[in-house]
Amino acid sequence: MAIAKREPTSSGYDLGPQEFTGSQMVWEALLREGVDLVFGHPGGAILPAYDALAEYEGDGRIHHVLVRHEQCAAHMADGYARATGRVGVCVATSGPGATNLVTGLATAQMDSVPVVAITGQVPTNLLGTDAFQESDVVGVTQPVCKHNYLVTEIEELPLVMKEAFYIAREGRPGVVLVDICKDVQIATGTFRYDFDINLPGFEPWPEVTVESVQEAAALLNDADRPLILAGHGIHLSDTSRELLQLVEKAGIPVVTTLLGTGNIPETHPLSLGMGGMHGEAFANRAVQACDVLLAMGMRFDDRITGRLDRFAADAKVIHFELDRAEVGKNIVPDVAVIGDLAETLPAFLPLIRERQHKDWVATLDEWRAETDEADIIQYEVEELIPPYVIRQLWHATEKTDQRVIVVTDVGQHQMWESQYYIHEQAGMLLTSGGLGTMGYALPAALGAQMADPQALVWCVAGDGGFQMTLQELATIQQEKLPVKVAIINNGFLGMVRQWQQIFYDKRYVGTPVLSPDYVKLADAYGIPGAVVRHPSEVVPVLEQAHATEGPFLVDFQVKEEINVYPMVAPGAAVDELIRRPKPGYVQGYSGVQPSW
Amino acid sequence: MQYTLVAWMRDKPGVLNRVSGMLRRRNFNIDSLQVSHSETPGISRMTFVVDGDERVAEQVVKQLRKVVDVTAVEDITNRLAILRELALIRVRTTPETRGEIMQFAEIYRAQIVDVNAENLVVQAVGTEDKVDSLIELLRPFGIDEMVRTGRVALCRGDERPKRRKQATAIFKAAASLNGNGRGEQE
Repeated sequence: MAIAKREPTSSGYDLGPQEFTGSQMVWEALLREGVDLVFGHPGGAILPAYDALAEYEGDGRIHHVLVRHEQCAAHMADGYARATGRVGVCVATSGPGATNLVTGLATAQMDSVPVVAITGQVPTNLLGTDAFQESDVVGVTQPVCKHNYLVTEIEELPLVMKEAFYIAREGRPGVVLVDICKDVQIATGTFRYDFDINLPGFEPWPEVTVESVQEAAALLNDADRPLILAGHGIHLSDTSRELLQLVEKAGIPVVTTLLGTGNIPETHPLSLGMGGMHGEAFANRAVQACDVLLAMGMRFDDRITGRLDRFAADAKVIHFELDRAEVGKNIVPDVAVIGDLAETLPAFLPLIRERQHKDWVATLDEWRAETDEADIIQYEVEELIPPYVIRQLWHATEKTDQRVIVVTDVGQHQMWESQYYIHEQAGMLLTSGGLGTMGYALPAALGAQMADPQALVWCVAGDGGFQMTLQELATIQQEKLPVKVAIINNGFLGMVRQWQQIFYDKRYVGTPVLSPDYVKLADAYGIPGAVVRHPSEVVPVLEQAHATEGPFLVDFQVKEEINVYPMVAPGAAVDELIRRPKPGYVQGYSGVQPSW
Repeated sequence: MQYTLVAWMRDKPGVLNRVSGMLRRRNFNIDSLQVSHSETPGISRMTFVVDGDERVAEQVVKQLRKVVDVTAVEDITNRLAILRELALIRVRTTPETRGEIMQFAEIYRAQIVDVNAENLVVQAVGTEDKVDSLIELLRPFGIDEMVRTGRVALCRGDERPKRRKQATAIFKAAASLNGNGRGEQE
């Protein structure tokens, strides 16, 4: 689903001077930014703002979602933002409220998600006195924010609010926090919203140089074995259509990053799926063997590059990137094309020769075929294994006409989802890629569902991560959201256990994890659920979940010690990978012919 | 090698913290950092000495540019520039050594800015090398206390930063903003 990239300031509101309290100004600014939904938790220092919210909630202009923990307010705003491309907003009080936000803000910032956080602060006369519920929120959040503000005077507030949204949204998106002293919320001042933003140090959309695009085109046109490595930037700039045009015109295979999943349909013959630590062998081999690597909207994270000095060692690298600072940070490209992909890709396309790269694609298909036989699990299972669950989830959601959003947590199930779910569109998968935040899935799924009430939203989480934020089941019920929850329950912190098995001689320290009876737990919140223990139960239960109108929780009690393969050990080159064990003797595969 | 970077930034509360926090977080190695006013009200000027290779220096410049309050950054390492540091050095004296110390100071065109029975304060201005070498000369006499400003830098006439023009426009915009832009709402 295409998302609106740059959301215009909502018109229809008076932008000229009006008298308001600071609290009213916060909501008035939100209205002018087109925000009608906030996720938050009240407390002493933000109480004046909440008091003023009554008026805006009363007439339905702004809806407030009460969270059960502020971390989840940030994750919900993040999920909302990823699902819509608009700025997500979360609200918290001073001190513990604000510090609880930090994990969620860091998650959003790492993945370039536009979020504005509004926090209350102790009154200005108490600043710096270690007052009750005081913490230096601007100091604490500075490293995880694109920018942040402490507002100590009512006169600053309107401009700060406008700048906050502008900075969060424009250029590479990110997190902006506005910390507002309680006395400022109470004070009255003149509110206006018609100023021009004047931020001389902020260069959100660098000018594209024609030469860089030409140079990149020349390099690509001469390539024999070109490869595209497509990241989150494609989705953020809404250019998956242009990417597909490029791919088909020039016959270039595509590997994606985790957050670039679905940038081109994974059923496309030139799609190699995800690369990196848990990418398929042929995808990583392609990266190592290409002669020109076209990196688009990605930042060469260590999880995609593996050992840097051996990453695509023979390739010339072209880096399309909006954020200058990402160019040359990990990989020094031969050609850098700096600018918005929405500008650079359309300029690049006409300069690219039509080609097919038959030999190269044939080689890749050979590798893929080898991998298919040796690696991809295609066997009927006797025990319940996660890849089977995920593949069946795909089959089940494939049939629906609804927009499908899958939100994953962090760990083994996250990797299985990216491997076995077939993503047809960018933005179908929401996950915490950069920070790897356990507990992300449930609240982010809520945010995504709030953003698109008609969508079919699946939260896929492990038993470890789910237990970090499961209190938000209450929020699901309070908001009457039809979020479907799949818990891939293997009794372990699975990915950590996998590392312990492979790198720490199977010493499972701190990884066996006890779970409650999730169906009973869901029932306590009034949410129906089911347990699945055998493969034969998967499809009927998924059908039951889809047939249920509201939320539904499924506890998939899967085989315990299953690993994610292939795997590139940290610090190894991406083609030095640990392959999947052959079927038949490990992991419960019987070796009979596939039925899925 | 050492790189000299100059950054201009909006003179707002916490801006030094934003910059130094970023440098620490990104694990950059900074030899010295000096902050002062610039010629434009509302704009501060920072001079950094960065230890590293070209790639590190380039990353520091790029990351500095990402700090919203930083309005311009220049790497002036390869420009003809006046590089200076000021040091105040309190040196122990005896009637026998005072003359020699003053002679050394004179050779370095340093000034004696405070004298009492036990010590005197030498004020030295010059490149870090020059200041270093004076300090080494004075060390045997006993240095009681010392303060150095860190490097400040200004390009020579023809070598003024190329972004200067743009930077000037930025300064004007920033000055108007800092001067009374926000006050207008009152």
